[in-house]
Amino acid sequence: MVKKIYFQSIFFSFFFIKEAFAAESGGMPQLNPEFWISQIFWLILTFGIMYLVLSKLILPKISNNLESRKSQILENIEAAEKQRKDSDAKLKEYDEIISKSKLEAKTIFNQAREKALKDIDAKREVLDKQIDNEIAEAEKEIDSLRKNAPDKINKIAIETSSGLLHKLIGAEVNNSSISAIVEDLSKRNGDKYYGN
Amino acid sequence: MAANPMSQFDVYRIGPEIKVGAFDISFTNASLFMILSTVSILLIFNLGSKKNSILPNKIQLLAELSYTFVSKMISDTAGSKAKPYFAFIFSLFMFVLFCNMFGMIPYTFTVTSHIIVTFVLAAFIFIGVTVIGFIRHGFGYLKLFVPSGVPAVLLPLIVVIEIISYLSRPISLSVRLFANMMAGHTMMKVFGGFVISLGIVGGWLPLSFSVALTGLEILVAFLQAYVFAILTCIYLNDALNLHH
Repeated sequence: MVKKIYFQSIFFSFFFIKEAFAAESGGMPQLNPEFWISQIFWLILTFGIMYLVLSKLILPKISNNLESRKSQILENIEAAEKQRKDSDAKLKEYDEIISKSKLEAKTIFNQAREKALKDIDAKREVLDKQIDNEIAEAEKEIDSLRKNAPDKINKIAIETSSGLLHKLIGAEVNNSSISAIVEDLSKRNGDKYYGN
Repeated sequence: MAANPMSQFDVYRIGPEIKVGAFDISFTNASLFMILSTVSILLIFNLGSKKNSILPNKIQLLAELSYTFVSKMISDTAGSKAKPYFAFIFSLFMFVLFCNMFGMIPYTFTVTSHIIVTFVLAAFIFIGVTVIGFIRHGFGYLKLFVPSGVPAVLLPLIVVIEIISYLSRPISLSVRLFANMMAGHTMMKVFGGFVISLGIVGGWLPLSFSVALTGLEILVAFLQAYVFAILTCIYLNDALNLHH
């Protein structure tokens, strides 16, 4: 209902306004030639002056500004490119130096290791020889000791057996006969004791 | 302000009557707004071109963006040969744009809503383009009226149509701008009148229309300036690079 009244009022007001317009006459002021010459004159004057000032003074300045900015940007890009190349070259140089020094370090390390190994080998040889000598001497000593051992044992056996016989029987037994028996026994059983 | 929506287009004298011979060249409200438009254009672009900093400030950016906008428009439509006419098309675009935009301020006068103003601009463009075409191509410029690849039977008809369309260029160019401006401003005035006559109860609907129309009219103001300039470029392209 409210809507209807609203639109009705708009419609009627439109009607009334039209009536009001019709009352005022005149039509389009654009078609009234009274000020045509004046408008043409002022248009040519203002537009002409504006065109002259723009084309002679302002637009060249703007285009100059744009050009100079463009060239400066290009220059800056070029400089940046150059610096990038420089830094790339420096990076390569740096990498080369690093790899070179790594190689050097490796060779130095290898040399040092070889030297150390040689030293160790030489020292070990000397020590081995020394140890061999000592072992040989010790073996000799052991050998000599072992050679003398049966004689001493026989002697002890003879003395012990003569002493034993003297105490048990009370008779003096000839040492030479005992020694003959002991030697005979030791020859027969010697292998069992010495394991040679 | 009268209720008549056409009274906003009235031209009236400001100051004394100036006569040169039989011609009345008095200073009017139309002259005032022409001067206002040109002076503001010159002011803005002068400020925008004064300093040349690598990072432009707002007004410099505005000037440079307008410059590149128009220069791109010309090179896109008329090619590189149109470069000498850049300053003219730039001034034309800016003049029409500023006159249209000044008209959008309430209680102002729209210079471009007058057929005589737009017709003088269009006629100047028409004559200039025709002269450029004849200087460039001699009588070969008449080939513009004879499109290639048309059957011989149709040729007389096509030539007549082409000549009529060529001759109607200044009229269509001027009427397009003038009619758009006049219609828009009249419509806004009519809706404004509705707001007053319907009062506080019913005035809200035409008011909202009025608000929407204002946005539309600002768009039209820009668009018509652009169309005016780009059609000039197209006519110039015909004269510079005879394609037919």
